[in-house]
Amino acid sequence: MTSVDKMKVVHHSVRKVDAEALSRGKHLFTGDLTPADALHIKMLWSPHAHARIKSIDVRAAEKMPGVRCVLYHGNVPKIPHCTAGQGYPEPSPYDTLMFDTKVRYVGDRVAAVVAETPEQALDAVGAIKVDYEVLKPVFDYDEALRDGAPIIHDEKESYVPIPIPYEPQKNIVAKIGMEAGDFAKGMKEADFTFDQVFETPYAQHCPIEGYISWAQLNPYGRIVITTSTQVPFHTRRIVARALDVPVQKIRVIKPRIGGGFGCKQEMLLEDVVALAALRTGRPVLWALTRAEVFRSGRTRHPMRIRVRYGVKKNGDITAIGLDLINNTGAYGGHGLTVMSCAGSKVLPLYHVNNIHFDAKSIYTNLPVGGAYRGFGATQAYFAVESMIDVMADKIGMDPLAFRKRNHIVSGESHPAFEALGEGKPGAPMTIGSCALDGCIDKGAAEIGWSKRTPPGSKTGRYRRGIGMSIHMQGSSVPEIDMGAASLKINDDGSFNLNVGATDLGTGSDTVLAQIAAEELATTTDKFIVYSSDTDMTPFDKGAYASSTTYLTGEAVRKAAAKVKSQLIRVGAEILRKKPEELDVDDAHVVTKDGSAKVSYKDIALRTLYETEQFQIAAIESHVTHKSPPPFAAHFVEVEVDMETGKVRVIKYVAAVDCGTAINPQLSEGQTEGAVLNGISYALTEEYRFDGMGKMMNASFTGYNILTMRDKPEIKTILVPSYEETGPFGAKSVSEISINGGMPAIANAIYNATGARVYRAPFTQERVWRAIQESKK
Amino acid sequence: MNKKTISFTLNGESREFDIDPNERLLGLLRRNGFKGTKYGCLEGTCGACTVIMDGKAVDSCLVFAFQAHGRNVVTIEGLGDAGTPHEIQQALIEEGAVQCGYCTPGMVLSAKAMFDETPTPDDETIRLHMDGNLCRCTGYEKIWSAMKKVSAKHERGGKR
Ligand code: FES
Ligand code: FES
Repeated sequence: MTSVDKMKVVHHSVRKVDAEALSRGKHLFTGDLTPADALHIKMLWSPHAHARIKSIDVRAAEKMPGVRCVLYHGNVPKIPHCTAGQGYPEPSPYDTLMFDTKVRYVGDRVAAVVAETPEQALDAVGAIKVDYEVLKPVFDYDEALRDGAPIIHDEKESYVPIPIPYEPQKNIVAKIGMEAGDFAKGMKEADFTFDQVFETPYAQHCPIEGYISWAQLNPYGRIVITTSTQVPFHTRRIVARALDVPVQKIRVIKPRIGGGFGCKQEMLLEDVVALAALRTGRPVLWALTRAEVFRSGRTRHPMRIRVRYGVKKNGDITAIGLDLINNTGAYGGHGLTVMSCAGSKVLPLYHVNNIHFDAKSIYTNLPVGGAYRGFGATQAYFAVESMIDVMADKIGMDPLAFRKRNHIVSGESHPAFEALGEGKPGAPMTIGSCALDGCIDKGAAEIGWSKRTPPGSKTGRYRRGIGMSIHMQGSSVPEIDMGAASLKINDDGSFNLNVGATDLGTGSDTVLAQIAAEELATTTDKFIVYSSDTDMTPFDKGAYASSTTYLTGEAVRKAAAKVKSQLIRVGAEILRKKPEELDVDDAHVVTKDGSAKVSYKDIALRTLYETEQFQIAAIESHVTHKSPPPFAAHFVEVEVDMETGKVRVIKYVAAVDCGTAINPQLSEGQTEGAVLNGISYALTEEYRFDGMGKMMNASFTGYNILTMRDKPEIKTILVPSYEETGPFGAKSVSEISINGGMPAIANAIYNATGARVYRAPFTQERVWRAIQESKK
Repeated sequence: MNKKTISFTLNGESREFDIDPNERLLGLLRRNGFKGTKYGCLEGTCGACTVIMDGKAVDSCLVFAFQAHGRNVVTIEGLGDAGTPHEIQQALIEEGAVQCGYCTPGMVLSAKAMFDETPTPDDETIRLHMDGNLCRCTGYEKIWSAMKKVSAKHERGGKR
């Protein structure tokens, strides 16, 4: 293993480059940068889950005070596109129009009013007259797949840009599956078999900054969009398509982002602000209200997951079957990829030779699914890691020992890596770094696993239980996504580091600067990091799929290595040495014997002003061939009130192998944020709909994300490994730890009460019912 | 629109503002360039818009602008000086509690109101005061340790 101990910047908790400015409330966010004279947009949203717009009359609205224009299906380009921010061509259907003659969920776009003030826009929204032909809606999995069910996308125009299964006439967005070994035979060989269904709810990311975008025309008539996005480059491409304007005409700027967690991996507002700016010639702002974020933003796909397992008494798992239905709601972006990851990030975790995986994504007339931290793996882990405990219980083995006996280790591969890709075969891969056993041991010690007692031994009203789960995720989408970085030196030996990578609060600007600083043997504060702006920075796929550190980080390292060789070349001339005799240290080019040195500053001055002038600079790109998984073992202690079903989380331990933690403090922060989000997802968060498909709890109070009061003690343990293919040994960290909340807590509830929950969130009522059921 | 003029002390300076009768303090502040005050819900549940009014942390999205008349208002722009952030900001930065930073100004002001009243708060006091500020990035763990750090500093009589 390469040692990280000698590293001077990497593996240190360097201060986050933007922390002070942010803590002072500086004007760094999209809404802080909006011109005072911007027009405002309010949307008329569909009140129906499924309806055709027979007629729409915007004339009265257009005449209202302050109204500058009204956009609706009658006056905008009608080009099918996909709003999901993915590589091109997307493995998703082009099933969306900017404005359509059909609405497919409560909260779908009908018409946008652009006016001087938000109040005027809202008044005019009320003056739009729409005559709907209300159609029968589809709200659940079985109804969507029933023969003769209403067809949600019955339009001719929608299509998939690459050949993947797409059957809109059956409400099927995508299908994916794999078979390995012989599933039926594996089930027969088992001493015990299991067949269980799990369900997960609709959930929302709840970044505290909601969706917000504004656009204006620059003096040359180009459209400049400033937007809270995770995917500036994909957004530029999608807006260009939707508006039918050249990519060249659009610039997308991502300022600081107030959180995203996946929901901003989407082109959601930008087409409308861009078109409104084109039509009015004025800056135009659109910010969603919190209720609109819930109803019309992106969500975590609800899933229904049937798990079948076969296990032998000795602890061998003989078969696994996962049949899942993924509800993408009214539009199909991310429909394929989310369920693909539900397999590819989960199935390989355990040794099982006989595998059946079958997944369908379906349309319903409900809110639209999107990318959400964990990306399908989160849902599948609830089912799989719950069943691991069920099986261990059945064969009388400690669930920790059962996991240790069966989990994947370094040097092994799995057929799912290749079988389950994103619209094409995935990349076969052998696991490199894996410190999962270390995670399990350290986490177990921290939670006090050895003192864990069986449910039968507990008495009293308040019962405590300990549960665990283990996980893997990935790092980047191999052989599809690309990240690039450019680096140049300035007079004083500082550097501009320009990246398309999208820091959305994760600290990637800091992490990338650390990587460059390590390679160049200088300090992080010497880097002016700029991310991301489609005019100014090189391309990057954006912030998703746990890729920025692993993928863009390697592009940065390569660019820094190139700059280093340029520095050494010039340094060699100054010092009259051969390049081989030189190295870099402390912002200098130095002779390896330490006898002479020249500073980056002096090299910069010489090359910029004096002799043989050129710009020391490099641009590098990176595409990965692997998606090395980070690993994690999560442990939780809960207390359950047997009379009310109320679950209190007492302590949560997340032991994580993210390879080299480039910035341990930020890695901990990523883990803690993901953990609490996972707990919140397990205990409280879900969309509640009325009978007409309208979300009823569309507010922070109604939806109930956890606050500081609800926070248990969260203990993060970073367990090092070294991933040879990552920058300085790094893998990803941001997504994996959202996966533990549901299964670890479900397992802890079982350990406390003897009752098992199969449906999340674990509300008082559900837990109480499970307890009653278990007493029968 | 019938405009009205109000005056209040803002970050130590007495100021006059024209307001619309329905306008909230949040809107007034941001319209006048005090955009350090963020917003996440406009209905008093996220705390991103927290300012201090007469020593108490309030959600500026709920307070009508006219209610600020004659009061003493502190926003994030009023904390720290050019070179040095306020000790609460400093603690949040050091602990790594600033991720996206969107919740941070509100957190800082809720914490300031708390520490001004109770320099060494116990755990329950911290929970009580900070409960109204949502953060989706940090899991509150590092915000919590920053609060403990400031409290410990006060306990040592202000010395680090
Ligand atoms: S914006 Fe005021 S509490 Fe959320
Ligand atoms: S740091 Fe992002 S919401 Fe708190």
